[in-house]
Amino acid sequence: MNSSTTNVARFNEDPTLGSGKKVEKRLVGNAVWALAYRELTRFFRQRSRLVGAIGQPIIFWVLFGAGLRNSFQAPDWASNLEQPVSYQEYFFPGIAVLIVMFTAIFSTISIIEDRREGFLQGVLAAPVPRSVIVLGKVLGGTILAVLQAGLFLLIGPLLQQLGLTTGLQLQLQLVPFLVAAAFLIVIAVELTALGFLIAWPMNSTQGFHAIMSIFLMPMWLLSGAFFPGDGTPWLLWVIKLNPLTYGVAGLRRLLYSGSLPVTETLPSMTACLVVTFGFAALCLFVCSRLVARPMIQNVT
Amino acid sequence: MSHSESATSLFAVTVDQVSFDYGDSLALQKVSFGVSAGCLFGLLGPNGSGKTTLFRLLATLIPMQRGQVTVLNHDLASQPQRIRQRLGITFQSPALDVRLTVRENLDCHGAIYGLPKKTIRQRSDELLADLQLLDRQHERVERLSGGQKRRVELAKGLLHQPSLLLLDEPSTGLDPAARRQFWSLIQAHRKNMTIIVTTHLMDEAEQCDQLLLLDQGKVVAEGSPADLQASLPGERLSIQLQSSDSVSVAQLKSDIERLLKATGQQAGDRLVFRLKNATDALQSLMDGFREHVKTAEVARPTLEDVFLEKTGRDFAMAEASATESPTKTQATKRKKASL
Repeated sequence: MNSSTTNVARFNEDPTLGSGKKVEKRLVGNAVWALAYRELTRFFRQRSRLVGAIGQPIIFWVLFGAGLRNSFQAPDWASNLEQPVSYQEYFFPGIAVLIVMFTAIFSTISIIEDRREGFLQGVLAAPVPRSVIVLGKVLGGTILAVLQAGLFLLIGPLLQQLGLTTGLQLQLQLVPFLVAAAFLIVIAVELTALGFLIAWPMNSTQGFHAIMSIFLMPMWLLSGAFFPGDGTPWLLWVIKLNPLTYGVAGLRRLLYSGSLPVTETLPSMTACLVVTFGFAALCLFVCSRLVARPMIQNVT
Repeated sequence: MSHSESATSLFAVTVDQVSFDYGDSLALQKVSFGVSAGCLFGLLGPNGSGKTTLFRLLATLIPMQRGQVTVLNHDLASQPQRIRQRLGITFQSPALDVRLTVRENLDCHGAIYGLPKKTIRQRSDELLADLQLLDRQHERVERLSGGQKRRVELAKGLLHQPSLLLLDEPSTGLDPAARRQFWSLIQAHRKNMTIIVTTHLMDEAEQCDQLLLLDQGKVVAEGSPADLQASLPGERLSIQLQSSDSVSVAQLKSDIERLLKATGQQAGDRLVFRLKNATDALQSLMDGFREHVKTAEVARPTLEDVFLEKTGRDFAMAEASATESPTKTQATKRKKASL
């Protein structure tokens, strides 16, 4: 029996690790990464999640793009472009955001499983700030979302080369791609945190799916991702009030290297940045307040 | 019982006048006790007695409502974070990620307990060897047996070398061999640690140094298992009756009580008497009722008898009454408004 031979250092208790606050920050960082790494490990062990999160949006993109090609009317901001915008091209950033949304949903739905399987109560009883749970989940979900959406941004032009899509005039270059990927990180944080605060009080995955159907999917549909919405005043107002509109519009602008004009359906890059960053910060703040409240259903 | 401040340091845990409710359902009613440092302390009671609520309070999973609890010299209500650092917990429903391997679960647990990577690796090696899990360390938890999962859960609880280990119904779902093995591991790791275990199993309770018997949220008895058993005089005569179409169990009970000049406690087809001389009573019983007796046994009073003596109900009856209205209880427990 040699179980007591290792000297265990805890938060703020081992002077050899450095000063208190610094050590605590590092150890909190380790805890966040441990939970995020757990998300990644779980994801890559469930291949069906990969198929669900990236496969379905690509199928949507190819099929809707082909089916609505002839009936699509280009939005107001496309009039200045050299070539007319095809529906597949219009839909391209929207699909990237849909991938982020699906990944965020799948990541945050695991909170309900964690609670049901008992894992969550082990984390709640640990000596880490409760916000670590939020940050770990959001970090893990964000990494997965950006990996998949980034992969899609690369695959899209490839599908064009293979003749599976038509009319995609975007020539993705390294710098715009990296800037777009950076903006995708903010959208991913926004949507994962939003998914977290929806999932946290829920007891069943069925309930989460219901919310997804009546709230998250319409939120995406009314973000300018699927259709422009110009010509219908009330619809345009709904789209303007939807924070995700600014994520889709910001991504669209970055993919076109900022060459698009500001119009009724396409807000400025400044507005996109302010709203997307602001909504992400708001969702994170609400999440951290939510997890700090004790809830009896968190214990099994 | 009230514990003075000067005595606090002798106790790893003091619980003073603690009450807790889930809305309109009172789970704990002015519960007080102390757990000496280094003690293996059992919370024994039927389902619905309040032991799980007490466990959740000590585990800092639910907030204090009334009363005061001190754990390792820290106030539970105001310093839960300090307590969590030194608390190891083994949950009834293992808090493991079944899709991760044994080693990955320990890595994740060590990180959220603030252990440096090197320490996690060293401690995991030691514990996996001690708990005979070294050969399964890269196996996903979902592929392990119930007993192995319990041992992984115990390894998690011990990884950060806690001063206080909480075990919630640790033998639930284990076969007798796995249960014996699990308890021998707990006994082997007791050094320099206080352990509090909740249980409704008598054999598990008998392993404890001290016991607290709970019923309907109240303390009904406290002491060592031997002292509690010795507190009941006489012997125990336990009879399993064989009823027939002509004679009911109720009729047999009445006749036997008349013969033995004592009142028995009935649970189904079983009768239990506490008698000064149960051996003589057994002889009389067999002389008069041989054809109606399936089994009969004379024994020292058990912890279940202590519970029966203190509450007037046996464990089976107490558990049945606790589960009579599960819907209401569950619904009330789900209410978060009061929390």
